[in-house]
Amino acid sequence: MGRLSVSLCGIELENPVIPASGTFGYGYEFADFYDINCLGTFSFKGTTLAERIGNPLPRIAETEAGMLNAVGLQNPGVEKVIAEELPKLARCFHKPVIANVSGFSVAEYTEVCRRLGEQEQVGWLEVNISCPNVHGGGMSFGTDPHAAATVTRAVKAVTKKPVIMKLTPNVTEIVSIARACEEAGADAVSLINTIKGMRIDLKTRQPVLANITGGLSGPAIFPVALGMVWQVSQAVKIPVIGIGGVASAEDVIEMMLAGAAAVEIGAANLVNPFACRNIIENLPAVMDRLQINTLRDITGGAHG
Amino acid sequence: MKQAFFEIIENFALTGKVMRMRLAGDTSGIEQPGQFVDIRLENLFLRRPLSVCDWDDESFTVLYERVGRGTECMAALPAGERLDVMTGLGNGYDLSLAGETPLLIGGGTGLSPLYGLAKALVKRNVRPAVILGFSTAEEVFYTREFEAIGIKPIITTEDGSFGIQGFVTEAMDFPYTFFYACGTEAMLRAICEQSRCPGQISLGKRMGCGFGACMGCTVLTKNGPKRICKDGPVLNSEEVLWED
Repeated sequence: MGRLSVSLCGIELENPVIPASGTFGYGYEFADFYDINCLGTFSFKGTTLAERIGNPLPRIAETEAGMLNAVGLQNPGVEKVIAEELPKLARCFHKPVIANVSGFSVAEYTEVCRRLGEQEQVGWLEVNISCPNVHGGGMSFGTDPHAAATVTRAVKAVTKKPVIMKLTPNVTEIVSIARACEEAGADAVSLINTIKGMRIDLKTRQPVLANITGGLSGPAIFPVALGMVWQVSQAVKIPVIGIGGVASAEDVIEMMLAGAAAVEIGAANLVNPFACRNIIENLPAVMDRLQINTLRDITGGAHG
Repeated sequence: MKQAFFEIIENFALTGKVMRMRLAGDTSGIEQPGQFVDIRLENLFLRRPLSVCDWDDESFTVLYERVGRGTECMAALPAGERLDVMTGLGNGYDLSLAGETPLLIGGGTGLSPLYGLAKALVKRNVRPAVILGFSTAEEVFYTREFEAIGIKPIITTEDGSFGIQGFVTEAMDFPYTFFYACGTEAMLRAICEQSRCPGQISLGKRMGCGFGACMGCTVLTKNGPKRICKDGPVLNSEEVLWED
């Protein structure tokens, strides 16, 4: 075990750095820039049962220290993901990968998880009950503890792979959702997905995004994410993956001190394709400076 | 596709709103006219995508209009400043489709990638016809640069203060083998609808990453969904589905 290694639901990761779903495609766009096998793992683009084109354009808007997206789960559907994308992914990434799953009904979540769970290269299933950009699905399952538990139970019944429930910050109280997932059998939770927001074009006086609202990501949301990771990690026994605005090795360490077992990195990949590799390369020196010997020992280190 | 630091060699106004910036550095990532670069600017989260106008072994040129925060920020940068740039992004124009007498049509700063294309065609001994459209005489630019490579562009202005009055489509009534265009979506659509032969157009859409990862700029085409940044920005005129 190296000093950067961490464990996620019984699977060893070389380091805790995980590109987040929706910011890393199926890996191969980034493999054109660097060997992505340096990553702990990554979470590939969210998969639904049928193909989705996503929302109308524009679906990207800039903000202070971040961005809004309203992509709306564009993906080719589970069949094509298995037939076309996963073989391409396997050529550039040789470790277990996280399959991110979205749905509009419990049956859809279950079917997509069953099929992706059967794929050998899939190490974990990350179930997105937190997309703010689709209607009638996604986030509606993540804002109610009973609905979150129902999805968790249904998915757990069809796969032996560890199930990570990805939670939304767009709730009054995230701890109760996380606890409901844990009680329903979730192996881990990942948080936070994007925060709902919007921008208006001053010249046209119209919303910038065709979907009107989108999800905020980037450094702007780091303190919000950190606070929720801090809260949730003290309320559940399962591992917490910290997500939200992480952009440096220091941010990774801060997120782990707040209670994260591993860290997902999203928007940073979009402005600098080398972001995750740079963070991994910078971690040892930052750890030395902070007198951290092994990363896996610092999770929750700030809890006291 | 490459990421590197470039130094600003020049950055000056061509008209009241249009600027030209030349940056020196490793240009080996740039392969075809019509490809774009994505420039990181201080205090702005997303990079700014701009078509490459011209390039050689040591530098490349972009033309841009001051229209918002990013371009205003670029306009204020002095020579000597270093910028983080991703180069060689997207698919450019396919020169093999040109035929003997291709037509190049640019609207405003949309002429930028067509200048590089014209240069590449001339190098292959193909002399294209060029139509450049502007709103008024004061906004006309880059005609001398086209003339310097042996092409006299046909100019249209909306108010008739220079060249032919009207849109670029007023000047298209002559035979050509293929067209290449870049400009506003309304202009591109009008060209595609009027042209008797196929062509290639460069589409501009609001992008997130610029290299195919975020799916922020996907448009639906007759050949399925295409990411403008990765599968475009140049599309075949016949595959475009125009939105109403």
